[in-house]
Amino acid sequence: MSRMIRFAGLISILAFALLFMGAAKDAPKAAAPAKPKGPAIPAKIGVISIITGQGSGYGEAITNGFKLARDEINAKNEVSIELVVADSSGKQEQALAAAQKLINSDRVVAILGPTLSTEMKVVAPEANASGVPIMGTSTTAAGITQIGKFVFRNSLPESLAIPASVKKTVKKYNLRKVALFYGNDDVFTKSGFDTMKKVAEELKLSIVTIETFQKGQSDYKAQLTKIKALNPDAVFCSALYEEGAVILSQARKMGIKVPFVGGNGFNSPKVIDIAKEAAEGLIVATPWYPERNDPKVKAFVARYDKAYGKKPDQFAAQAYDALYIMAEALKKAGKADRQKLRDALAGVRNFNGVLGKFSFDADRDVVMDPVVLTIKGGKFQMFQ
Amino acid sequence: MLAEQLINGITLGSIYAVVALGYTLVFGVLDIINMAHGEIFMFGAFVGMLIVTKAQAPLWAGFLGAILATAAMGYLLERFALRPLRGRTGGSPLAPLISTIGVSILLENIAHKIFGAGNQLFETPFAEIRFEIGPITVYLVQVAILAISLLLMAGLSLWLRKTNAGKALRATAENLETAALLGVNTTGIITATVVIASAMGGVAGVLVGMAFNYINNQMGLAMGLKGLAIIIFGGMGSVAGAVAGGLILGLSETLVVAYGSSGYRDAIAFAAIIVVLLLRPQGLFGQAPPEMQR
Repeated sequence: MSRMIRFAGLISILAFALLFMGAAKDAPKAAAPAKPKGPAIPAKIGVISIITGQGSGYGEAITNGFKLARDEINAKNEVSIELVVADSSGKQEQALAAAQKLINSDRVVAILGPTLSTEMKVVAPEANASGVPIMGTSTTAAGITQIGKFVFRNSLPESLAIPASVKKTVKKYNLRKVALFYGNDDVFTKSGFDTMKKVAEELKLSIVTIETFQKGQSDYKAQLTKIKALNPDAVFCSALYEEGAVILSQARKMGIKVPFVGGNGFNSPKVIDIAKEAAEGLIVATPWYPERNDPKVKAFVARYDKAYGKKPDQFAAQAYDALYIMAEALKKAGKADRQKLRDALAGVRNFNGVLGKFSFDADRDVVMDPVVLTIKGGKFQMFQ
Repeated sequence: MLAEQLINGITLGSIYAVVALGYTLVFGVLDIINMAHGEIFMFGAFVGMLIVTKAQAPLWAGFLGAILATAAMGYLLERFALRPLRGRTGGSPLAPLISTIGVSILLENIAHKIFGAGNQLFETPFAEIRFEIGPITVYLVQVAILAISLLLMAGLSLWLRKTNAGKALRATAENLETAALLGVNTTGIITATVVIASAMGGVAGVLVGMAFNYINNQMGLAMGLKGLAIIIFGGMGSVAGAVAGGLILGLSETLVVAYGSSGYRDAIAFAAIIVVLLLRPQGLFGQAPPEMQR
């Protein structure tokens, strides 16, 4: 009798597994685009983003940027882009599984994303080996595009952004000694820290201490008490917004009043949402300045606000430009062919987007100038 | 800095101790590790947050709400995930443990659905009040956390030792069958144990909100694992062990960051636990395994 039960159990487990696989296959897909008339180049582009989980603030902005760009691009009828969106939840294994599904099952011509450098480090080699061009729109750690010739990015790397923000802060506040605080369990935050340390040493600043934390931590009191006791002139912090906002809040509550310079993770308005007044005075470098006196920028901000009810942040803007760059490359390539698209992408020079002028360098990395912003009055403003 | 770091360490340690007490109660009576305890603690924090920050109610209301919510969850856990497995012959002795793991996954995902991922602010009305004793700054919140934890530990200790119900619980913990034979309502005691343990988790949740100001739905996992390590370190089933273990872990984590390298914080704390266990496998306050099996 128990044998029958075991067999029945096995069959039901198999049935459940098949059911779930089927459900997973119908994972969120973007709505079908408008029907094109005439010879618009059709293309399926995969998107790996953090839709649920920690960091979904980045993912939401990025996906919104893509969708807005897709609707505008398809309306012009030169290319017809279908976005296939997959959720990575910020986890490497899930991102990799999503990539494999997009490459092999959905047969996309290119992949946009994933969101985190940590995820990119496992997904990019897979895409590169399969000959699928992959472009990061928010991955700013060092060494990403060096993974292979199919790997691109349009997100300003930390190695360009941090020297800008640090140099301006040093000049304004006459910094001499600084504390460094970074997450040692994430590729991006670690890479940001390496750059911060390098710049601090180049500028002959004295580093009073280097403290670390891990993702998901709630309590930074011990590290912050240590930093406070050593009395630095500023704190350089390399973190994603979940941890970064809590660090800012606890630091200010504890009476640490010196300026904080943040890496790319702090460029999300989620920092202001979570940390509230504690975010005042934070200094960051970013390629995106929404108040720029440029008609393209103003039009984009207005359209995004109308579609989503809030102003676009850096991540939305980079995603928006990224899809436009893809569309340009598709037009040059003539058809949705992976190799042809890759070659066309590599040749993109002086593209004029909402982030300004953009080119890929020889390593398919970004050539762009950052602006240095600070949080004042609850929003990002120019840092004078 | 040493004094401030000690205060940090004791605050953290008190919270760990309260979480560990919940684990140790359940283990002492039921001989199982309640893997859902961490998630119940997390729910306590969220309920407290909804009451104190969202509804702007006073702190004691937050505690009350958290206690009621987590006690109810504890009751449901015992009634539907643990009781049906008790006394079932042919099952693996690990079945209740697996059952609580299932509940913990369920609770974490429910919390994700209701509260979303990411940090939520837990604002206490008196978070800014602090006293300056010489060069040291002590926050009222830290004093409150320590006071509440001590009250809880003392209260639990007293209840276990002096009241009849406490005695009944200890009898059930020592030997379920004999206690039942002697007229103790073991089913009631077991339910009460899980409820009390979960309520303590709820209190700890509100304390964490007060201490760190931010809560998220992932903190149950991390806290749960630490709580587990603490009760093994302090002696499973021992109240004194949970308290001592919690305080020691909190202090060691903080002092390693203060005087060593913050990157090694967890490594050193857990390495120390391994060393103690190698020297004394039953934990600091645990009893060496008895000759008679339960």
